[in-house]
Formats: sequence, C-alpha cells, structure tokens
Amino acid sequence: MIGYILFGLVALVAIVSAVGMLLSTNAIHAALFLVINLICIALFYLGLNAPFLAMVQITVYAGAIMVLFLFVIMLLGAEQVTLKSQLKWQAPLAIVLAVVMIAATFLLFFNVQASGGLSPLAPISEDPRQTETFGSPYAVGEVLFGAYLLPFEMTGVLLLVAMIGAIILTRNEAGGMRDEQRAASNE
Amino acid sequence: MIDFLTLTIEAAIKAALMILSLLTGFAYTTLLERRFIARIQQRVGPNRAGPWGLLQPAADGIKVIFKEDIIPNGADKVIFTLAPALTAIPALIILAVVPLGGDVNVFGYRTSLALTSTNVGVLYILAVTSISVYGITLAGWSSANKYAMLGGLRSTAQMISYELAMGLSILAPVMVVGSMSLADIIDAQKNVWLVVYQPIAGLIFIITMYAETNRAPFDLPEAEQELTAGFHTEYSGMKFAAFYMAEYMKMIGVSVIAATLFFGGYRLFGLENLLGGWMGPVILIGKVMLSLLLFVWIRATLPRFRYDRLMDFGWKVLLPIALANAAITAVLVVLDPWWYRLI
Amino acid sequence: MLDQANFLVPPIYYVALSGILFILGMVGVLLRRNAILIFMSVELMLNSANLAFVAFARSFLDVNGQVFVFFVMTVAAVEVAVGLALIVAIFRTRRSIDIDELHSMEG
Repeated sequence: MIGYILFGLVALVAIVSAVGMLLSTNAIHAALFLVINLICIALFYLGLNAPFLAMVQITVYAGAIMVLFLFVIMLLGAEQVTLKSQLKWQAPLAIVLAVVMIAATFLLFFNVQASGGLSPLAPISEDPRQTETFGSPYAVGEVLFGAYLLPFEMTGVLLLVAMIGAIILTRNEAGGMRDEQRAASNE
Repeated sequence: MIDFLTLTIEAAIKAALMILSLLTGFAYTTLLERRFIARIQQRVGPNRAGPWGLLQPAADGIKVIFKEDIIPNGADKVIFTLAPALTAIPALIILAVVPLGGDVNVFGYRTSLALTSTNVGVLYILAVTSISVYGITLAGWSSANKYAMLGGLRSTAQMISYELAMGLSILAPVMVVGSMSLADIIDAQKNVWLVVYQPIAGLIFIITMYAETNRAPFDLPEAEQELTAGFHTEYSGMKFAAFYMAEYMKMIGVSVIAATLFFGGYRLFGLENLLGGWMGPVILIGKVMLSLLLFVWIRATLPRFRYDRLMDFGWKVLLPIALANAAITAVLVVLDPWWYRLI
Repeated sequence: MLDQANFLVPPIYYVALSGILFILGMVGVLLRRNAILIFMSVELMLNSANLAFVAFARSFLDVNGQVFVFFVMTVAAVEVAVGLALIVAIFRTRRSIDIDELHSMEG
C-alpha cells in the first residue's frame, strides 16, 4: 500500500513537471521542470531495484546534460520562448493525437491488469540475497564488461567523436581565439 | 507493518540528528574560522558575546533574521527564492550514506551510527555533488545582475571542471577496496589508511575539495575585487545566510568524505570501540576539525588563482594526473602484487 | 532489510507511466517551435523509454535491460553535446533558434 501511495505521488510530480515543461514560456523554467522530471525517474529506478542506474541518472542527466542546457540557454540569452507556431493546424492535431494515445495506453494497462498483469514479482522477494545484488554496481558491471564489452568500447569512441564534433562546430571561424575573447567578440 | 514503522522512525530520528549536528557544526565553524584567522593575522577576533565569543554565532543568526529581505525588481522571483534552498539541500543530504560510527546501544536498542548503508554510496556522493551546481548557477542568473551572472557561470564551470578530477580520485580507493559502499571502504582501513595506498588520489581529492566548496584559493565565484560578491551580490537577510550556511556545511561534508575515503573514517587503530562505540563519532569530529583548520589556514595564507590559470590547472594538470593514477591503480589491482594488498 | 512486499508496485504501472511521459514528450516535439525545447522533449521521450526498459528488466529479473539504459544515457549525452553545439552554431549565424525561421533550404 505504501508503495502505491509513494508511486502515485512521484508519478503525479513527474507528469505535472512534464506538462510544465511543455507549457512554460521561459526556457530556463522548462529546463528546471525537466530536471524535476528526471529526478522523479531516478526515484522510480530506485523503486525498481536499479540503484546504480538511479545514481547514474542523477549524475549524468541532472548533473551534466541539464547543466549544459542551462549554460547554453544562459549564454545565448535565449530565455524567452513563445508558444506560437506558424503551422496553425499542428497544435490541435498534436493534442488530439496525445489524447488518443493516452486513451490507448490506459486501455492497454487495464487489459493487462485484467489478464493478470505482467510477469509476477515473486522471485525477487523470495530470495533476499538476490534482492541485494540485482541492479547493484557489481551485477551491472559484470554484464557491461562481459557480454557488452564491444558496445561499451564503442561508446567510448562515440564520446570522443562527439567531443571533437562539438569543439569543431562551436569553433570560431577566425580560430585561435580564447574563450573569453570569443565571448567578448560575440557580444 | 510495525517493522516498517520502527524503521521509518529510526531513520527520521537519525536524519534529524544529522541535520542538527550539521547546523551546529556550521555555526561553530564560522566562529572557528574567525577566531583562527584572527590568530594568524595577530588580531583577537570576536570574543565579546559569551565566554571566548561562544555566543557569537547566535548573535549573528539573530542579526541576519532581522535584516530586510530584498528581491531586485528585474529578478525572476520564484527562482531567486528557490536558489538558496537548492544550494543548501545538497549540502544537507550529502552525508546520508556516510557511516559516522560503528554499532552502538541506545537505551538497549542496538543501532548503527549510519543513516543508511547502500552499495552505491560513492555514486550517491558524486550524484549529490553534481546537482549542487544548480543553486549557484540559478542564483547568479535569477538576480538579473551581470556580476552575479558572471559569478554563477564561473562557479558552475569551475565545479564541473574539478568534479572530473574529484570523481577520478574517488575511483582509485573504490578500485583498491573493490566496493562502492562507504562502510566497506572504512572497514578496509582498519589497519592502514587508504591514503598510504593512494597518496596521489588523496592529494587530488583534497585540492578539488577546495574548488568544489568555492573556498580560497579557488573562491573565484565571489572574488570581491572583480565581481563585488559574485553570485550572491543581490542576496540579503536569511537568503544570504542560506548561501553562507551551505558553504560551511559543504566544507564539513567534504571533510567527512575525505576522512572516510582516505583517512580511516571514524576508525583510529581500534580506539573507536571505546565508550561502547561512541568514541567513533568523536574521532571523526576530531579529523573533521583538523580538516576545517586546514581550510581556514589555507584561506589565510594563499592568494587567489587567476581564472584562466584555475581552469588550466584543473584540466591540464589535475585531470591527466588523476586519469594516469586511476589507470595505474587499475593495473595494480589486476596484477595484485604482494606489496599492494590491503592489510 | 525492509519488508519488500510493502514497497512493490507492479512494473506494469511504471510501463503505463512511461507511456504517458513518452506521449507528453511527443506533444512537446510537435507543439514547440524552439529548438532547445524540442531537444528537451526528445530527452523526455528517451527517459520514458529508459523507464520502460528498467521496468521490464525488473519484471523479468534480467539485468540486460539496465545495461541498455546505461547505453541510452551515454548516447543521449553524446547527442546533447553535438546537438547543443549545432544550436550554438545556428544561433551565431541566424540570431534565432526558432525552427520556423530556419527555412532557407526550402528554395
């Protein structure tokens, strides 16, 4: 019962923050709503026996990605954003689509519930030792450096490529300028 | 159900005690800093309120409560109000995973002096330090003041840059011990402190500790000669006090973490078992006091870095050294030579 | 250890929630015309997919799902780094990141 109450509260916060992000006219506010949403998802990971992922979620998403967003918004001075669009038909269509899809989600949810839910949760609570280790850094690491070693190495290469790409994309044509000078010349 | 209730109440009591001790620690750290700096500068320091000035923090608190709370006209009011809280909360919660002592008996009820023990403790610390940049960035941005904005951005850039070196220096003891649980890391230091195995990582952690807390010589975000007061230029009253509080609680927090990771935590050659286990927290407090004195001493003696040199130092010196140290440690852990085994 | 049964919520609830969050992210991509906000909506969609992954990993007690989420996070970080660099480059030349105004390619 307590689990359901907690889940409901966090889910409510997650949905409200997502809607807040969609409707805010200030890019910084939108980013902060998204941070709340990401932290809610980290809490869900804790509830799903994935403590390692929960911590990585907060470190990577809330701590790195969203800070990058904030930095770009602040430095560009692009805080004010409008809700207006040149494609007038797109907004009503999007809302209709959303309503239909949310209805479909609920339909599926109640269907699955009626047919006895997904697979049962029993195994994990029967063996407390497994509860301790499932989703722990050790368990995730074992799979990550075992079966997924090659993809793991490739993400390393991907990160390197992204780093070089980001540097080249944001480099000034003049070249050789320091960050401060570049910022000054952009003002 | 009863089990759940007891555990909740126990956790709530522990959390309340931890927050209370952090707040008291903050109050008396300010006094310690002022008195100790005064000694170094051959002054007397605040000694009027109470014996040896012991009531000075209370006097400061009362003064700050009665100050006018000003919100600038152009400020984003919601975020301006939220920012001090966002700065203080990470400082309050960062110690949740750190064991402050062994098992003790309280009125016949046996409990451990740790809020929680989790196998992702080290990651939790990294996660909390990584979200602690928000408060300062948003404070700078929402003030609608160029100095505050620059201070906020400087501080964020600085904290993110030094976080990398800090994370890599934390990685080394984690690899040596083979666990991310802070309780395991402390247990591994029963006989020899980890700083003996990881002197470079220890040194890097101590350096980055100053950058993460925005303390001298890395106090660029509030460099008063260039930025008036940095990100908290526009803050007054209790909101300003919240930033002040967060800075000192962060100092205490990183000191506890440094002691836990590299200097044996609450353990000191078996002395922690005296007084039925209550000696552990006392030992930890002693270690934290030494670290805080070092903080103040460095502030009193070292000049501030120039901003570009600070960034160069973080990215071109600390980060490569920390990376190399992590790589060498990994090789040593795999080879497992007899002289590198934990005793 | 806590009595786990008190805290267990069946994964289907998480999956349903992840569906709702995904739809909200999709609406964001369709509604908003600002490149940064569209980007954030994409992040929301990625996260909801991650939530479904973790929920199913829990349901089948298979840690592979969690490893996938780890990879998705890495790729999301890469995507944000390059994407924001692109946004900065566009803002420099056009002084705007409204995608309605970026139609010089339509001829």
